Amino acid sequence: MLLGYTITQWLFGILSFLSIMFGLMVVFSRNPVNSVLYLVLTFFCIAGHYLLLNAQFLAVVHIVVYAGAIMVLFLFVIMLMDLNHDNEPQKTWLTKIIAGIAGGMLLCVLVGSLKGSEQLGISQYGSSQIGMVKNLGKVLFSEFLFPFEIASILLLAALVGSIMIGKKEIK
Amino acid sequence: MINGISINYYLLLSAVLFIIGAVGVMARRNSIIIFMCIELMLNAVNLLLVAFSTLHNDASGQVFVFFIMAVAAAEVAVGLAILSMIYRNVKTIDTDILSNLKN
Repeated sequence: MLLGYTITQWLFGILSFLSIMFGLMVVFSRNPVNSVLYLVLTFFCIAGHYLLLNAQFLAVVHIVVYAGAIMVLFLFVIMLMDLNHDNEPQKTWLTKIIAGIAGGMLLCVLVGSLKGSEQLGISQYGSSQIGMVKNLGKVLFSEFLFPFEIASILLLAALVGSIMIGKKEIK
Repeated sequence: MINGISINYYLLLSAVLFIIGAVGVMARRNSIIIFMCIELMLNAVNLLLVAFSTLHNDASGQVFVFFIMAVAAAEVAVGLAILSMIYRNVKTIDTDILSNLKN
């Protein structure tokens, strides 16, 4: 107990603050490479949140898939297109202000509509073990076996599609 | 309450992350940054799904997040292929210049 809060609550607060900060930096940094690096940090913070929620498997998969594969792909494409500059063209200030106002209003709507969920009184029963690899694997390979196989076909289709699109010329 | 943290805080955090992504999509011109902001919005939703799955002790939510990650990987591969193809033909990925579909 520290200042009336438990360690978990402190960790949640710090991780939330960091993920929001890095999320803002993704949007506000001028250089696309910096944006990618801040997004990687945001993903690490979200993986920390998964660990706090006792979802170890998802935390590991999140780091491997997002920080390991997807962000490297982004970085690769940015380097390929030679976008590593600080002076790319920006939208006008009017557009930016309108975007900010629209986002703020959307936030107000979301927070206002979710405010009543406090009265639901739902509480977690005991300690959750469903995020462990063993339990998740059992569910994935019994109840969700068909969607799992469909996902493999989807990945194959994406692979073939991206190769076809990315080819120099299609004869 | 999950480990002493109210679900409301997770709702708030996810909403804020989602809004940051949405504002990024509206306020930036670089297609790759817009793409990254979409990833951020996806992750905000994933976080909330995991939080509710832990709250209700139901593994389905986490399996769903797993599938969302697979679909996001496929989406990024195809989307970046399209972007690099556009760059090869038009030499830019600025959304204000790539507005041919408008007229």
